[in-house]
Amino acid sequence: MIEGILIGLSTALSLTNILMVMVGCFAGTIIGMLPGLGPMTAIALMIPITYGFDPSTGLILMAGVYYGAVFGGSTSSILLNAPGIPGTVATAFDGYPMAQQGKAGKALAIAAYSSFAGGTISAIFLLVAAPSLSKVSLAFRSPDYFALMILGLTAISAFSSKGQFLKAMMMVVLGLMLATVGQDSLSDITRFTFNNMNLTDGISFVLIVMATFAMSEALTIIFRGKDPNRAAKQISLTELGSIKVNKEETIKMAKTIPRSSILGFLIGVLPGAGATIASFLAYGMERNYVNEEEKQKFGKGSVHGLSAPETANNAACSGSFVPLLTLGIPGSGTTAVMLGALLGFGIQPGPRLYQTNPEIFWSVIMSMYIGMVVLLILNLPLIPYIARILAVPRNYLIPLILFFSVTGIYLMSFNNFDIFLMIGIAVVATFLRLYDFPMPPLILAFVLGGLMEETLRRSLLISDGSPNFLWDRPITLIILLITITIVGWQIFSTFKKKN
Amino acid sequence: MRISPTKFISLLFLVLSVFYLYTAYNIQVFAFDENAPFNARTFPIYLGWAGIILSSLKIILPEKVTTEVNHKHLDYKSIIYLIIISLIYAAVILKIGYFISTSLFLFASYYFLGERRWGLMFILSFPFVAAFMYLLHGLLNIYLRDPFLKYIGVMG
Repeated sequence: MIEGILIGLSTALSLTNILMVMVGCFAGTIIGMLPGLGPMTAIALMIPITYGFDPSTGLILMAGVYYGAVFGGSTSSILLNAPGIPGTVATAFDGYPMAQQGKAGKALAIAAYSSFAGGTISAIFLLVAAPSLSKVSLAFRSPDYFALMILGLTAISAFSSKGQFLKAMMMVVLGLMLATVGQDSLSDITRFTFNNMNLTDGISFVLIVMATFAMSEALTIIFRGKDPNRAAKQISLTELGSIKVNKEETIKMAKTIPRSSILGFLIGVLPGAGATIASFLAYGMERNYVNEEEKQKFGKGSVHGLSAPETANNAACSGSFVPLLTLGIPGSGTTAVMLGALLGFGIQPGPRLYQTNPEIFWSVIMSMYIGMVVLLILNLPLIPYIARILAVPRNYLIPLILFFSVTGIYLMSFNNFDIFLMIGIAVVATFLRLYDFPMPPLILAFVLGGLMEETLRRSLLISDGSPNFLWDRPITLIILLITITIVGWQIFSTFKKKN
Repeated sequence: MRISPTKFISLLFLVLSVFYLYTAYNIQVFAFDENAPFNARTFPIYLGWAGIILSSLKIILPEKVTTEVNHKHLDYKSIIYLIIISLIYAAVILKIGYFISTSLFLFASYYFLGERRWGLMFILSFPFVAAFMYLLHGLLNIYLRDPFLKYIGVMG
C-alpha cells in the first residue's frame, strides 16, 4: 500500500499536475458559485479539455474542479442562502445566519477547514478500507435504502423544525408530492402534469431550491423591510472577511469533525445515498450530541451546525469513490460523470483495477487529495474578498439574487414556463416561511422522492405486496427502530414541555 | 371564531392533499399493472393519505407555539412590484432575448427598491450582464439562447 501511495504522490506532485490542480480549483470555485452549476456540470465541462492530456493530468484537473465546485457551492449557500446543489443545503442552515451576523469570513473559513478535515479523514478511510467497504455497500438492499430515506426525512423534520414536528412533516409530504410530478420512472406514465408538456420531465431540483431558498429569501427580506446583513455592514470589511477562528470554536470543530467524517464516509459508500443524506444526517446527529445551550444556537449560526454538514458532505464525496473504484458502480451523478471520464482515458474501474493497475487506483485517490490541499491553500486567502459580497447594499443584492435564480433556471431549460413556476413556488414559500413552515425538509424530500419510490417499488414487488419487507432484514429493522425512537422522542418532548 | 394562520394553511394543505389523492386514484395505469403490488398510483396514494392525516392532526391538535406576524409591518407594495417585474421578465425573456430582458429587469428592480444612483444602476445592469454572458458563453462555452444578439451578429 505504501508503495502505491508513493507512486500516486510522485505522479500528482509534478509541476504540470500542480499547475493543473490550481487551475481546476479556481475554475471549479467560480463554476460552483454560479447558480444551477454544480460539481457534476463542472466536471462534465472539463471532459473535452482533458482529452488532450495524459490520464493522470486529466484526472488531477478534474479533481481540482470537483473540490473547487463543492467549495463554490458552499460559498453561495453561506453568503446568499442559495445552495446550488443538494449537498450544500444543510450548510446554509447555520452558515447563512452566521454570515448575516457579520462573520462571513469566519463561516467560510470554518466550512473550508471542516471540508478539508472531512476530506482528509475520509481519504485515510478510503486508503485503508476501500476493498472491504465495497462488500458492506453491496449488503444494502432496497428495503434498507427505503428505511434509510425514511430515517433521513424524519431526522431532518425532528431537528430543523424547532419544536414544530408536524409542520416539518407536512413539508416532507409536500416535497414528495412535488417529486411525483412528471413521468413515472418505470412505466413512463405521466402524473400530475394536467396535460402540460412542460411538466412531463418533472420539476427540476434547481428550480425548487432556487424558489424555496434564494428567491423566497430575497422576497422575505423585502417583505419584512429589514436588511438581514445590517450586522455585516456595521463592521469593517476587514472584520467581515476575517478568517480567524478562536480557541473555543476550534474545540467545537475538533469535536464535530471526527464523528461527522465517519458518518459522511459510511453514507457516501452506499450507492445513491451520497452527500445530501450525509450532510442532513450529520446535522441532525450533531444537534443530538451537543448540550442544551448549544442546541439552542442551531439555526442561528452554530459552529457545530455549520461544521457537521460541511465535513460530512466532503467525507461522503470521498466515500462515493469506494463503489466507483472497487465495483465500477457510480453512486452519484458526479461519480457517474467521473466514470465516463475514466472510461474516456481507457481506465475501467472495478474489482480488478485495485489488483491489476494499482498505480492508477492510487493516482486517482492521491490526486483527489492533492486537489483538496491546493483548494485550501488557494481559497483561504480569497475568503476576505469573497465575503465582501455581503457588504453590497440591499437594493443591489436582492435583484442580483433574483437574477442568479432566474439565470440558473433559464440555463437549464430555455423555457419561461419554468421561470413562472419558480416565481409561483417562491411566493408560496415566502408565506410558508412567514409562519415558520421549514423549507429544508421539503428540499430533502424532493431530492429523495424519486429514489424513495423506486426502492419502495422494488421492496413491495420482491415481497409480493406484503409490508413484511419492513422487518424481514435486520438492517431495515434497526434503521426503522431508530426512526421510531426519533418520532417517539418528539412526542415525549412535546408532552414534557406541556407539563 | 378566529382560525389561526397556521391552522388555515393546514386547512389549505388538507384541501391540496384531498385533490392530490383524488388525482392519484385517477392516474391511468396499464391494464396488466392494475392489480400489481406497485404501480404508478401506489406511491402518490400513500402520499395523499399521509398529507390528509398530517394536516388533519395539525388542525385538530391544540397549538403549542403560535406564530404571530404583524401584517402592518410587511412591505406589500415593494414585493408586489418585484413580483410583477419578475413576471414581465419571464414573459419577455424568450422574445427579446437574455441580454436586454435581464439588463432591464435588473435596472427596474434597482429603481423600484429605491435606488437612484443612475450610473451605478447602469453599470450593474447592462455591462454586468454582458460580462456574465461573456463568462458563460465565451469562456465556459455554455450556450445561452439570445435571439436578439444572434440577429445583430454578436452571438453565433
